[in-house]
Amino acid sequence: MTAELVPIPFTWVLALSAVLFAIGTLGVMLRRNAIAIFLSLEVMLNSANLAFAAFAYRFGAVHVAAAAALDGQIFIFFVIAVAAAEATVGLALFIALYRLRETIDVDRFNILRW
Amino acid sequence: MLDALWLIPALCLAGACANLVLGTLRAPKAIVAVVGVGSVGAATAVAWATLWAYAGQPLAVVVRPYFTWISAGDITVNASLQLDPLSAVMTAFVTVVGLLIHVYSVGYMHGEGNAAFARYFAYLNLFMFAMLLLVLGSNLAVLFIGWEGVGLCSYLLIGYYYRQLWCAQAGMKAFIVNRIGDLGFLLAIFATLAAFGSLEFETVFPAAAADPASFGPEATVIALLLFVGAVGKSAQIPLYVWLPDAMAGPTPVSALIHAATMVTAGVYMVVRANVLFRLSPTAMLTVAVVGGVTAIFAATIGLVQNDIKKVLAYSTVSQLGYMFLATGVGAWVAAIFHVVTHAFFKACLFLGSGSVIHACGGEQDMRRMGGLRIHMPTTYWTFLAATLSIAGIPIFAGFFSKDEILTRTWAAGASDLNGFGDAYRVLWALAVAAALLTAFYMFRALFTTFHGSFRGPEEVAHHLHESPRSMTLPLVLLGVLSVVGGFVGLPGQLLHLEGLNLIERFLKPVVIPLAEVGGHAAEAAHGAHGIGLATEWLLVLVSVGAAAAGVLLARRFYLGAGAFLLPRRLAERLPLLHRMLLNKYWVDELYALLVIRPLRAAAGFCWRVVDELAIDTLLVNGTAFGVELGADLARYTTTGNIRNYALMVLAAAVGIAALLW
Amino acid sequence: MVTWVFLAAAAVAVVFACLAVVVRNPILNVLSLVIVFFAMAAIFALLGMDFLAAIQVIVYSGAILVLFLFVVMLLNIPRLGRLGSGRPFQALLGSLLAAFLGGLLLAAAALLPAGLGAVLPGAAAGGTAVPIGRALISSHLFVFEFITLLLAAAIVGAVYLGERELQ
Repeated sequence: MTAELVPIPFTWVLALSAVLFAIGTLGVMLRRNAIAIFLSLEVMLNSANLAFAAFAYRFGAVHVAAAAALDGQIFIFFVIAVAAAEATVGLALFIALYRLRETIDVDRFNILRW
Repeated sequence: MLDALWLIPALCLAGACANLVLGTLRAPKAIVAVVGVGSVGAATAVAWATLWAYAGQPLAVVVRPYFTWISAGDITVNASLQLDPLSAVMTAFVTVVGLLIHVYSVGYMHGEGNAAFARYFAYLNLFMFAMLLLVLGSNLAVLFIGWEGVGLCSYLLIGYYYRQLWCAQAGMKAFIVNRIGDLGFLLAIFATLAAFGSLEFETVFPAAAADPASFGPEATVIALLLFVGAVGKSAQIPLYVWLPDAMAGPTPVSALIHAATMVTAGVYMVVRANVLFRLSPTAMLTVAVVGGVTAIFAATIGLVQNDIKKVLAYSTVSQLGYMFLATGVGAWVAAIFHVVTHAFFKACLFLGSGSVIHACGGEQDMRRMGGLRIHMPTTYWTFLAATLSIAGIPIFAGFFSKDEILTRTWAAGASDLNGFGDAYRVLWALAVAAALLTAFYMFRALFTTFHGSFRGPEEVAHHLHESPRSMTLPLVLLGVLSVVGGFVGLPGQLLHLEGLNLIERFLKPVVIPLAEVGGHAAEAAHGAHGIGLATEWLLVLVSVGAAAAGVLLARRFYLGAGAFLLPRRLAERLPLLHRMLLNKYWVDELYALLVIRPLRAAAGFCWRVVDELAIDTLLVNGTAFGVELGADLARYTTTGNIRNYALMVLAAAVGIAALLW
Repeated sequence: MVTWVFLAAAAVAVVFACLAVVVRNPILNVLSLVIVFFAMAAIFALLGMDFLAAIQVIVYSGAILVLFLFVVMLLNIPRLGRLGSGRPFQALLGSLLAAFLGGLLLAAAALLPAGLGAVLPGAAAGGTAVPIGRALISSHLFVFEFITLLLAAAIVGAVYLGERELQ
């Protein structure tokens, strides 16, 4: 069984991943609303997923054995599952915080200190 | 019977262990006394049976190795005991004097509590063990164990009344001063190992005697180092200062340890190593000079002391000086002879003084005694016998041994021993002067204590009594020994009876003849005295005359109508001299100034600067302070703001990425 | 053709990711992110990862982001503050670091030897759902089960947080 080549260089995918990661990081750094930060975090997570996909795609071509290509995809699957769990807990936390302080501006929360 | 050699020290050790246990149980004094005296008595019995069996044989050296103690590379040290004429003589008198003093102690210490009584006997038995190990050891290492053991017991017993600060301090002084000497001894052991590869007497000394030419420098080094050890243990100048203070211990301890046995260990050791000393004229002269100077020096201090035990202490230092003078002129047998007679009469004197102190309710100042002759006749007569003996009055034991030493010193000067004839002649003069002083201060002590009228307080006068039987019995025995003890060493040459000098005949094998070097004998004055019979009689007359002069002077000063007047006038006439003697030449003060104060200053420096400042403050607290400071600063990074934390995480991620690049 | 579709999807992803970060209306943020995820699903599909493309749409866009939208509306979040408001120095430093990190990653991608990838063998014929499913219940069973545990814990935690009045 031969691998079917697709005419997209995998470094393009990696580059896209890098750009998305930088955008997500900027969002985390510049926003002060907890949900906006969380959204930016999701962008970062997905850029990581894209990197996984890029390498899975690349090594699926290099190593003809299927496992190399498949493992990357399974990782992405897991990341999505963890992201789901994280979103569940994170959003529940925000709701709890909002009930307490009537805001989710992270600059207003500074009790995580000495 | 020779197989039971190990039993002699072991029995004493067993007694010590048993008494330690009994002490924790607060056992009654009767049991402790039976165990304490019984163990030493058994050891004495075994020792004398062994010596009897040994004396029946041709006088060979019997070495009994028991187990290998140290085995490192080429070096093997056995735990082994040795019986030869020298250790036989030492064992004989150590066991007898030790037993008598144990018996005496039962009476003297009866006022102590049960635990303290047991502690006393445990230490005393332990001392006997260590002392017997010292004289029976067949190599320098075993000797050293005994040496340290007696030092330890000395410390424990000087500080026996440890609740009194000055007693504890005296114990520490003795221990520390002895440490200085012990360092020399230890270095001597290492030097012996380096030079001979062995510590066994029966290996080292014959090897050195067989080849005097090649071992000369080594012998000088080893002999001088050994002598440093002897100076510490036997209280010679400059390390004698601990012995007078050691009188803080109970009086029987002063008698046993600080007069009769332990302090003579240095003499024993020098005689034991006589081969090495004979190889080194320098070492011989050093020993003789230190001994001779100590003899006269301590005697002058003894002239004015008022504490009866202090007088005896300085007298001990002085007599030890005589012994070293004897070894320094090559009179090995005379030295051991004087060790033995001195053990008898000095033990008797100390026990007598203990009896007096006991009667006077703890008073030690002779100015508050007097006239005790009527109240305690036994003590008086034994004290008198011992005093006559130490003063060197003919037919008493001390006369023979002291006269022998004086004669041999003169002979060394006359025969120009090792080319130092002048020095030896000066030493002879010093020794004769010391003999005069000895007679004087001893009779001063006798007269002020026992003659005249009682000068103490009324209530004490009523209680004056003779001591119990357990104390007078040893006194009588020791008194008799101080009279007849000298007969083992009668000067045969004088009386035209060769072989009359039993001790000389017996100890002859100890002095191994040296091989000849370059055609002539390595030593000049050995064997015959090398002086004429007429000279020898003259010397006897001189020493007897000196002793008699001392006695008469003391009688003039301290007896009869004008008693105490003359000495007072003399003291007023020569205030500087009197104060100098009374303050013991300010040697303690000098040491305090030269040694203790700089040491204290150095210790203070180590304490204040090195320990407190450098280590405690800078290193320990400094580290803690640095951590605290760093933490205080680092604390400001935990702002509590999540975005700050996010920034840190990002920075760290960038850092790691850059690192991985 | 494939290349052009990829480039178009990539452009959409980047543009809408920027919007998701920059726009000050929270609802628009979430909706922009939905579009980013759709674009990514398209890229997954182009790379032959059809199963991932499907769950990207169903789980991420359909479930997680809808949850976000729900929370944004529930809390009635007002317009967001301007970018970097509050702590300008920190924002500047963070932006520089983020840009540097992005540059670092881009440089890494550029330095790698470029090469074409390949679709999983047989994916064109039967899709990747079957091999992934098989792998999940065979070679990756432990991790799979562990994820279920994690999700269960997350649900319990969310319920707990939502129920109690925090002090």
